[in-house]
Amino acid sequence: MTLTEIFTDPLMTQIVLKALVVGFLVSLCSSLLGVSLVLKRFSMIGDGLSHFGFFAVAIATVTSIFDFTLKGKQFSLALEFEMLVVVIVAIILLRLKNSKTKGDAAIAIFSTAGIALGSIVYNATGNNTMDVCTSLFGSSNIFTISDSDLIFSLVLSISILVIFVLFYTRIFAVTFDSDFAAATGIPSNFYNTMIAILTAVTIVLGMKMMGAIMVSGLIIFPALSAMRVCKSFKSVVLVSAVFSVVCFFIGFFIACTLSFQTGPTVVTVDVAAFILFILISKIKTKIHGKKA
Amino acid sequence: MALITVKDLALAYEGHVVASDISFEVNSGDYLCIVGENGSGKTTLMKALLGLMKIHSGSITFGDGLTQTQIGYMPQRTDIQKDFPASCKEVVLSGTLGNKKFHPFYTKEEKQRAQKNIALLGIEDFQNKSFQDLSGGQQQRVLLARALCATEKLILLDEPVTGLDPLVTAEMYSVIKELNEKHGITVIMISHDIAGAIDEASHVLHLHHKPLFFGKKEDYLLADASKDFLGGETK
Repeated sequence: MTLTEIFTDPLMTQIVLKALVVGFLVSLCSSLLGVSLVLKRFSMIGDGLSHFGFFAVAIATVTSIFDFTLKGKQFSLALEFEMLVVVIVAIILLRLKNSKTKGDAAIAIFSTAGIALGSIVYNATGNNTMDVCTSLFGSSNIFTISDSDLIFSLVLSISILVIFVLFYTRIFAVTFDSDFAAATGIPSNFYNTMIAILTAVTIVLGMKMMGAIMVSGLIIFPALSAMRVCKSFKSVVLVSAVFSVVCFFIGFFIACTLSFQTGPTVVTVDVAAFILFILISKIKTKIHGKKA
Repeated sequence: MALITVKDLALAYEGHVVASDISFEVNSGDYLCIVGENGSGKTTLMKALLGLMKIHSGSITFGDGLTQTQIGYMPQRTDIQKDFPASCKEVVLSGTLGNKKFHPFYTKEEKQRAQKNIALLGIEDFQNKSFQDLSGGQQQRVLLARALCATEKLILLDEPVTGLDPLVTAEMYSVIKELNEKHGITVIMISHDIAGAIDEASHVLHLHHKPLFFGKKEDYLLADASKDFLGGETK
């Protein structure tokens, strides 16, 4: 498919626009949450959540128990089901952080178990490898989304953005120093749980387009890149958001034009941009001399 | 009434009592130094004072208009903060968040409060610099300014001179002393640097799972509890 085809065929334009809007919002949400997660040394949580999400997707796809017809119209609660599962995992991971199974180990458990169980579900029902490949790496041809899922995604991602802006100062306080925040009366645990739940929701929204394995790239690369060149929290958040959205658009159009899978293409663009940011920061330190 | 009254306090981790029989009070204008070896229960006591852990038995009462969340806490620097992108201003401002009705953003009054404390600690020149690029002493000043944003009355300092060289340590002590004497801020300090800290304090609490001593510094220097601990270091 060429770009001209996308913009001349009205049906195609509509599909691409829908995918772009969802991708734009998910990239934005994940980059904002990513700043806090990366700084809290919780970068891997995206992987744990999305890999377990793969299991939920497998169940929904294979059994179709969440698809039903109402008054001649087709409905699917698959996305809602996946979200519920992943939010529960997020809460469990947060609880386990202070238990015997430490944070990184707990994430590894869910991450591996999710992929294993998901694959078994596909194997057991004789589903073809195409389905497995799509849920792991994202849609290969153009990503289609039902109208109800579109509205659901829009409402949730816009809510996440609003919540992030409203709680921005407190998210900073809790990320920088959880104990201090708690001592001054900010409910740290509440905010940590909130960030984990918002992350889970974002992951599920992005999973279909980006794929279970690739979606966590949206969380870590923008924040890591922005941290290379920015020195204040506010600038890291802003640069991270712009980085994420720009890389998504570039990756999305490359994927469309070359018929690549969206997830790996967007993540490859992220990696390239990340390397560029490392170079920029190296040059910056060379010019300004070593940092104090 | 005292700012803080601790009575028959016992503290436990997962059912194991780590410190008990703790009773003391902190009055307005005091400079209390809590000393003790590693694992003596100092940090646990501090967490209890801040409300970060549950009390096993006994009580901590706040008076004189002080509430628990109005303690200006200055923690030790953490690993996370070593590469944390935050300007000093952002760090200091975050100290104002605790005690207010919910506003999503900083009000003018809070910004002024932060500026006042930035000026008080002499960190105006690098307030827009990144926290991670500062020296240890400068970082401590920023964290102290943040603590002051959270309180009017009392600061609680956890090992404020750890990792600082002797010159900067002396500077830090004089800053704290100035806050205590000139600005009437009550100070509770937990410290390993016992000889140095005791020079500064007005009161001492010596903890070894139980209090070995609580009272005025002058009495502590004469007491048995100080002998093994201070050795020949002080006069």
